[in-house]
Amino acid sequence: MSLDANEKSRLEAAAKEIRKRTIDAIGFLGVGHIGGALSIVELLAVLYYRQMRVDPAAPRWADRDRLVLSKGHAGPTLYSALALKGFFPMEWLHTLNAGGTNLPSHCDRNRTPGIDMTTGSLGQGLSAACGIALANRIDGRKVFTFAVIGDGESDEGQVWEAAMFAKHNKLSRLIAFTDYNKMQIDGTTESVLDLGALEEKWAAFGWATARVDGHDVEAVDSAIEEAKRRAEAAESGAGAPTMIILDTIKGKGAAFCEGMVTNHNMSFTYETAKKAIAELG
Amino acid sequence: MAAKEMRAVYAETLIELAAVDRRIMVVEADLMRASGTIPFRDAYPDRAVDVGVAEANLVGVAAGLAAEGKVPFAATFGCFASRRAFDQFFVSCAYAKLPVKLVGTDPGISAAYNGGTHMPFEDIGVMRTVPGLDIVEPSDPLSLKALVGALAASNKPGYLRLHRKAIEPIYGPAETFALGKGKLLREGGDVLIVALGAILVPAALAAAKALEAEGISAAVIDALSAKPIDAELILAWAKKAGAVVTAENHQLAGGFGSAVAELLAETGTARLARVGVEESFGEVGTQDYLAKRFGLTAEAIALKAKNLLKTRN
Repeated sequence: MSLDANEKSRLEAAAKEIRKRTIDAIGFLGVGHIGGALSIVELLAVLYYRQMRVDPAAPRWADRDRLVLSKGHAGPTLYSALALKGFFPMEWLHTLNAGGTNLPSHCDRNRTPGIDMTTGSLGQGLSAACGIALANRIDGRKVFTFAVIGDGESDEGQVWEAAMFAKHNKLSRLIAFTDYNKMQIDGTTESVLDLGALEEKWAAFGWATARVDGHDVEAVDSAIEEAKRRAEAAESGAGAPTMIILDTIKGKGAAFCEGMVTNHNMSFTYETAKKAIAELG
Repeated sequence: MAAKEMRAVYAETLIELAAVDRRIMVVEADLMRASGTIPFRDAYPDRAVDVGVAEANLVGVAAGLAAEGKVPFAATFGCFASRRAFDQFFVSCAYAKLPVKLVGTDPGISAAYNGGTHMPFEDIGVMRTVPGLDIVEPSDPLSLKALVGALAASNKPGYLRLHRKAIEPIYGPAETFALGKGKLLREGGDVLIVALGAILVPAALAAAKALEAEGISAAVIDALSAKPIDAELILAWAKKAGAVVTAENHQLAGGFGSAVAELLAETGTARLARVGVEESFGEVGTQDYLAKRFGLTAEAIALKAKNLLKTRN
């Protein structure tokens, strides 16, 4: 199902706002994981403004959809989306990594309203998402569990343990994304540890797969819709999990760092941030 | 209760708990037969999960289950529970404040024929660094049953050091147990022996008996909890004796005896000798052979006690 023009522009506007807030939050601090934060902006816009069933007034509502941001260092993007949705005051965004903050670099389920799982040690989030999806199936809740992993994170063996587990247990309501920005800390993914045929790998692990432009809200939305349709069509416990590979650009939308292999965790001034935000219009 | 396989007690206890608590789950990594939890799977197939030979995922899946309100008992050999999946347990369970109960089976020399690769002499040391973690090592069937219940009722993560084999009962049915609490098994005024686990607690009682024949009065405490240690109980009897011997089926560096050493040194209470594995990796052999090989016997405890008392004056 394609989006109507209004809906598409609403999601693009949401993405722009999340991107601005993310650049602003990290820029206000002066240092942070800007690259991988900006590559998942459109995904989080589609999830929080259209696809995920959540209630900002009841962050632990039992019938909500869950999100595990396994690449926990992209927390600031999620914080921006959550703040914009009203999970907590916008002012919190300027407390990123300040002593005693509720918004630490990496996601913490005990500090931040709307965060479903503590992440940051790469490779662990997809396993937790499996447990979350399984528990909800046992309890008969028809909710979706979304998980976001990084491409560099996919070097971790635990990711593939979880991949086998999710397929074996037919966790069809688990919809995962790989932020395939093709860069990791020490260089391109191809130069550090080549992921090879990534989509084919997931398919070989028995997952339903899709590969879309991760900065195209319509393409992202459509892939999620299809995954949801497949899950709904599958009898309880009969289907497969879905991996949606998002072709993205690390640092997308911030000229000072877009596509730079050094942007994983970088310092930049608040003036630089403000300039980038102004350029977004 | 007669001598009984501890793993059977573990499984029976979980089955009993699960009958009244739907949150209880068993998560295994292809060691369900070893852990003894097949009867649990038979009783509650939808609450038993086998992740295959994948300990990192074992602990990660358990964390996800706990995030949704389940109380998962995730088990594997203690070497893998601690060494292999430590970061998963540390971050996804303990740091995330999720009440996963990690079960490390075959502690120390009870790994016997599985040898050095499988012989956890360091799991307490590793786990003791996790802030706020409850670490228990039951010494007999009844204490196991009670402490599994206590772990299940706790909203915190925990580490259970589970001896799988048949163990003679120490306690009668009226005994009560709590996390962080030890048990005084025998009073004595010359030396206090504080022992941990199903091998060393009986050895400590035997040592106390042998010492008694030589005119030495030894108190014996079954520690049961390696973290927190029962400081109140240990200090009370350490003060009376002025000399303490710890005994554990674990290496000396960073283990239970180290925790007692910290307590005694910081309170200036008593002199200390420790029985445990000294700077060695595990190896194959029968449990009895290994007990002698590594000095984890009643004789070793009694000798340390006597030597400690000799140096008193």
